Amino acid sequence: MRVKVNADKCEGHNRCCALAPEIFDVDDYGAATALNDGNVPPELEAKAKLAVENCPEYAIEYIKD
Amino acid sequence: MTETPPVDNWATDYDLFDDAYVKDPAPVWKELREKCPIAHTERWGGSWLPTKYEDMQAFVRMVPELSSRNPLVVSQPRDEQEFDPVLAEYGNSAPPITSDPPDHIPMRRMILPLFTPKAVEKHRVFVEALCHELIDGFIEKGTCDAALDYAVYIPAKTIAHIIGVDADRIDEFIGWVRGVLEQNVGNVDERNRYNRIIRQFFGELVTERKANPKDDLISNLLAQEINGSPVAKKAVVGMCNLMLVAGIDTTWSSIGSALLHFSTHPEHRRRMATEPDLLPSAMEEMLRVYSPVTMAREVTEEIQTGDVTFKPGDKVLLNFPAANRDPEVFENPDTVDLDREKNRHIAFGIGSHRCAGSNLARLEMETALRVWFERIPEFECANPAAVEWAGGQVRGPRHLPFTFPAKKVRG
Ligand code: SF4
Repeated sequence: MRVKVNADKCEGHNRCCALAPEIFDVDDYGAATALNDGNVPPELEAKAKLAVENCPEYAIEYIKD
Repeated sequence: MTETPPVDNWATDYDLFDDAYVKDPAPVWKELREKCPIAHTERWGGSWLPTKYEDMQAFVRMVPELSSRNPLVVSQPRDEQEFDPVLAEYGNSAPPITSDPPDHIPMRRMILPLFTPKAVEKHRVFVEALCHELIDGFIEKGTCDAALDYAVYIPAKTIAHIIGVDADRIDEFIGWVRGVLEQNVGNVDERNRYNRIIRQFFGELVTERKANPKDDLISNLLAQEINGSPVAKKAVVGMCNLMLVAGIDTTWSSIGSALLHFSTHPEHRRRMATEPDLLPSAMEEMLRVYSPVTMAREVTEEIQTGDVTFKPGDKVLLNFPAANRDPEVFENPDTVDLDREKNRHIAFGIGSHRCAGSNLARLEMETALRVWFERIPEFECANPAAVEWAGGQVRGPRHLPFTFPAKKVRG
């Protein structure tokens, strides 16, 4: 599973990093990025899903490879 | 506050300051969402009140047709302020909350780095010590006013500490903020008076720091540039004003509402006291159910939405609290579910004006609740009828008489 933060939508609420710090990071201006190219190891999939479902800007999407 | 006639028709004549509505607005939102999702009123200067989540998501993105230049739920008349000498010297905006493009983003980028998760983490030790110190002040008595003895001081003292202003004047600062935001909605002159006091205070401080820079937040803001030019003094005064005004009533309300909820829901209180891991999801649920903040936008170009038309000059309220009760997005929206995992609430607003201080607010609220439950796991509201609510721009309890088993301060 992979995730991607849509930079046009992200407003830096930081919910993703709070819920899944292993997967996301935010910069000084609140822009989030997915770490490790967005690759989510199986043991973190539940956390990634939580982040997707709690982002108030609908800025995180799953990518199907 | 209610000297206005009672409301007959909430869809066409709502009253944001109706006593019953301020205490519990959710039934009105539910009815409106079903019958008339964007209500209108002529009261308090006139406004539109949307109640659906998807409308709030759409309206925040209508920039600049919905301008932020006047984000107050009840406006102050503009012309009177133009001739005021204090406001002429120190400005009357509060960037970036009152900014539109193209100024908005550069102004916002000046303050965002102050409130990143890492930046606010540095204040955790201060906030935690503060919570303990406040509780030390009343734990031996077995009673307190959780709003006035505890919740209010957490954001107030923290933001005073961060801006670097005199903590001894904290009660004065709180009085100013309430004077502007909460207590004088119908009294233009009083509200103006408090606004001038805040502007004058920060105006003098900023002028002083400009002459004698120190290693503090104001000097740091003054040293920044926007598009290659030094930032204007008025902008820095406005930012300080914003941090004080936006930082106090809001977080105070969230902490107070949560404590009130737990004081009147013993099952939930017990779980909080015995399951510390519940705090993150419980806190987000408190923010959803008791979202304190409603913002406003001013229409600059005609907008047709559904069967209503917003005309230039109209005020549109961004009713984030009602959006957070929308059944299309939240299952059983009026039920408090401390384990709610999927909680895409928008208590801090959304879009480009999303609350810049949300990481700090969350740190304050989380610490306030955690320390409270560690030290006072059992408590109840002594007199629920005596709980007083403020509403409008920021909704939250302002008087919370609590009782609990008295304890020695520590040890
Ligand atoms: S939760 Fe969404 S908006 Fe917030 S930082 Fe993460 S991706 Fe951005």
